[in-house]
Amino acid sequence: MELTALSGGFENTAHQSATAFRAIMNVMARPGVIETVTGAVPPKGLSTAAGSLLLTLCDPETGVHLAGELDSEPVRDWLTFHTGAPIVAAPQADFALGAWDDLLPLTQYAIGTDQYPDRSATLIVELPALTQSGVTLTGPGIRDSAQLSLPALEPFRLNAALFPLGCDFFFTAGDKIAALPRTTKPEPTPCM
Amino acid sequence: MSDYNFAYLDEQTKRMIRRAILKGLAIPGYQVPFASREMPMPYGWGTGGVQVTAACLTPDDTLKVIDQGADDTTNAVSIRRFFEKTAAVGVTQATSVATVIQTRHRIPEEPLNEDQILVYQVPIPEPLRFLEPRETETRKMHALEEYGLMHVKLFEDISQHGQIATAYAYPVKVEGRYVMDPSPIPRFDNPKMEMSAIQLFGAGREQRIYAIPPYTQVVSLDFDDYPFEASKADGACALCGADHTYLDEVIVDDDGGRMFVCSDTDYCESRRQAGHIGEQGTPYGKDAA
Ligand SMILES: [Zn+2]
Repeated sequence: MELTALSGGFENTAHQSATAFRAIMNVMARPGVIETVTGAVPPKGLSTAAGSLLLTLCDPETGVHLAGELDSEPVRDWLTFHTGAPIVAAPQADFALGAWDDLLPLTQYAIGTDQYPDRSATLIVELPALTQSGVTLTGPGIRDSAQLSLPALEPFRLNAALFPLGCDFFFTAGDKIAALPRTTKPEPTPCM
Repeated sequence: MSDYNFAYLDEQTKRMIRRAILKGLAIPGYQVPFASREMPMPYGWGTGGVQVTAACLTPDDTLKVIDQGADDTTNAVSIRRFFEKTAAVGVTQATSVATVIQTRHRIPEEPLNEDQILVYQVPIPEPLRFLEPRETETRKMHALEEYGLMHVKLFEDISQHGQIATAYAYPVKVEGRYVMDPSPIPRFDNPKMEMSAIQLFGAGREQRIYAIPPYTQVVSLDFDDYPFEASKADGACALCGADHTYLDEVIVDDDGGRMFVCSDTDYCESRRQAGHIGEQGTPYGKDAA
């Protein structure tokens, strides 16, 4: 294990995770809203927002799947040291982390069961940028409609059609975070 | 350093509760199981709500706690003190100033805003429980959207009383999918559940968390012939004159004299401060009591 794996955690876990969770909860409750989430200083390749989210929500109880280039030794070591979360394959994942293309296909993740729709995976999608433009969103948490720069459309529509089953998504870029629960209905934004 | 973790709960417990809250928001109205912890207060005191509040609070929050609309009951005061001590958060009785409001049995009269979180203490989270005592069965009924029995129960109300008599914990359907117990709020409050704030529900003894995101459809169950009505006692608040609030009947003297007053004490006081005076009220600040 590299020494760098030992650094970059929360300095004041209780306060920083509480503040991070408020932002995380707010974006999940309000799809399309972009918040700032900080506190973690994760290894190269992993954003501040994704790192802070992992520190806030993951522990030995949660299996984390690392996809593509993020399945690296520095990321594994950092995650293991700071959260104790076991690294697992996609079908066993409570959380899956990676670039969009690396996370596909979505069909490999748990979507819950009829009686326990909560036993489903949450995907953390690392994006180069996150803006309130692109796909139009409607559904719970959204007053009229919202827009978010989703990396695709069809997979999210298919996921929403599974409701109350399905995956939920966080999108991270730098220290920014947004979310898309399974209840959100994404549509192409009509041309102006 | 204090003897407690921030907001009392250890970090692993808070993570577990936080994950449950996120699932609850993603599946509105669905009861997410969680491993409830022992809290330094009895179950009847809202340990579920307390755990949800503990998992949500940040050091910057201002907390309000109400019990049946009042900030000054033993239960409300104890919970407020608990978080003052363990989380060092600011506290308030003013609805508009609070960022997190923990409630037992009421929704504040003043509409909540986007920056607020309403945490409900829930005694029995399962709306189908009185129809079917077995958890395995109610879970199946939710999975299959088998809510016919609930309508039968409401319809029996109508045939017996000529109307739906259920006055508290009146069941709602959330976003057209899950039937949910809104906790024992008066049905007068049901229409307020379509709001701008995040609503979180915690049941400690029953180990369930559920949630309603802002701007989510919340429909009180009813029938075409007997539409839902958000009823309340007729009349106006004796102190502030409001005729649009939920009223409590209180005994005012030894001779059994009664009057109706706003159940939301902060709202009533704000109205009186603003100059509204009810039939038995006195100008604000000139109370004999
Ligand atoms: Zn009043």
